[in-house]
Amino acid sequence: MANIKKSTSLGDWFDQRLAVKKFWNVMAAEYWIPKNISFLWAMGVILLALFVILFVSGLMLVMYYKPDAKLAFDSVNYTIMQEVEYGWLWRHMHGIAASITFLIIYIHTFTGIYYRSYKNGREMIWVSGILLFIIFSAEAFSGYMLPWGQMSYWAAQVITQLFGGVPIIGDALVEWIRGDYAVSDPTLTRFYMLHVCLLPIVIIAVIAFHFYSLRFPHVNNLDGEEIDFDLEGEKYLSGKVKESKVIPFWPGFLAKDFFYVSIFMIFFFYLVGFNYNFAMDPINFEPANSLKTPTHIYPEWYFLWQYEILRGFFFDIGPLKASDIGLIAFSFAGVSLGLLPWLDRSDVVAPAHKNRGFFIWFWVLLVDMILLSIFGKLPADGSIMGINNTYIGFVLSILYIGLIVVFLPLITILERKGR
Amino acid sequence: MSLENSERRKFIGASFSAVAAVGGFFSLVAMKKTWDPLPSVKAAGFTTVDLSPLKEGELHQITWRKKPIFILKKTADMKADDNRDVIVDGARYTVCIGLCTHLGCIPSYKSGQFICACHGGIFDISGNAVFGPPPRGLDIPPFKIDGTKLVLGETSPEFEKLVKKA
Repeated sequence: MANIKKSTSLGDWFDQRLAVKKFWNVMAAEYWIPKNISFLWAMGVILLALFVILFVSGLMLVMYYKPDAKLAFDSVNYTIMQEVEYGWLWRHMHGIAASITFLIIYIHTFTGIYYRSYKNGREMIWVSGILLFIIFSAEAFSGYMLPWGQMSYWAAQVITQLFGGVPIIGDALVEWIRGDYAVSDPTLTRFYMLHVCLLPIVIIAVIAFHFYSLRFPHVNNLDGEEIDFDLEGEKYLSGKVKESKVIPFWPGFLAKDFFYVSIFMIFFFYLVGFNYNFAMDPINFEPANSLKTPTHIYPEWYFLWQYEILRGFFFDIGPLKASDIGLIAFSFAGVSLGLLPWLDRSDVVAPAHKNRGFFIWFWVLLVDMILLSIFGKLPADGSIMGINNTYIGFVLSILYIGLIVVFLPLITILERKGR
Repeated sequence: MSLENSERRKFIGASFSAVAAVGGFFSLVAMKKTWDPLPSVKAAGFTTVDLSPLKEGELHQITWRKKPIFILKKTADMKADDNRDVIVDGARYTVCIGLCTHLGCIPSYKSGQFICACHGGIFDISGNAVFGPPPRGLDIPPFKIDGTKLVLGETSPEFEKLVKKA
């Protein structure tokens, strides 16, 4: 045991028992952040703030929500919305935060791609980030199902049906996941368990890992400049604050983070107060009906690009059925961004505008994903300027896959050879 | 205790791994079974439907295992399909689960076709997939013919024959 002395203050009492000072230094006061980063690096802390909002508003909702196929709809739309004081506030905060979390995740991710922060020692940060995106998707989907409205029900029907694409055991697997022959009460209660218990625990664990994975390689910066963080940190500690290229996380960068979180919160509560409808699909205010499909099923906006890739294929290739190809493409899209550190064959870490090829690739990827999202929302049987939506969706899906597995390696190999 | 005795520690480690592996395996079995459909769910999996009052050419819809079932008594001018038609009491019926085999939406019956609105799949009067992403025709539920009645949820030689062909 360490040599415990009579403490001189309350802080000292804890420090002797929990090494509070050391912990604080590692986590904040001597955790070095490059000076040359912009507001785009504040997205991480905004996401953390959003997760706290989701957690707290979720606790408030779960006190009145009833995970029962007969009671769920009314417990949300009557009890929480009408009877519980401020119940509407928690629901709208929860719904909007879920939606906006994905907006910020996309900004966070595309910042990483633009500045190529996924490379040279930062692979684990990237992979754990994409893993968080995937688990957040599962969390969002399992939560979307809980109000047991028409869109909730049919989203669950379609998504669980996806597992039917697994060879041989598909049909049995779908029944096993649902706990019934169709989506019904057992499905609701197990998704409730996933949404409020298992997945949040996993998310918290992966968030902790995501933070931890930053400690050694540190965050990238606007110029992709390689910084010796130990050396620059020592400079800072020895008083050469101006000369040093880094600042401590606290109070240096967190001060800036708090400023952006404040601005973001004003925007967030504006949405909650005046513009909550975009996260509330009108079809979902109709109770679930297993015998009537809504005329047009679509997911929330943040899944649209993947959804469009899922339905983008309409012809069979040899033994592969169109639906299987769609399913494979969809699964690939889900994990594709996690492969970037290995598909990028160059060792250059520099912002996209420093390399013409990569710059064009980046914006084509972004525009393609936006177009995929737009067409994901449109009915599959419509047409734009005389071209069938199905064909446009197919081209956009092929383009996405091509950009990731063909163009990215090509461009980055050229970059490596051109140096 | 001395650390030199590493052989003993290895043995204890191996024994623990063996116990943990057995325990882990049975835990997984228990978890898998916990997620299986309950006996009450399985018991409710049979539905009997009397076909005698059905009118020709009118789509009749019932529920079996919480899924919509389409039953259509074919008129004389509707194309016969020996691979899929259920013949009861001399009349031909289309009997199928009314869920698109693509992603499980309910197709609507329009002028002799089943059209799935979501992704544009089309099935003909007998439930064969004729256009779009559905990988196969509408599924035929397991059935048994009992006079003019159809028992859904139980298989029979007639059903096995259709499954082989379809």
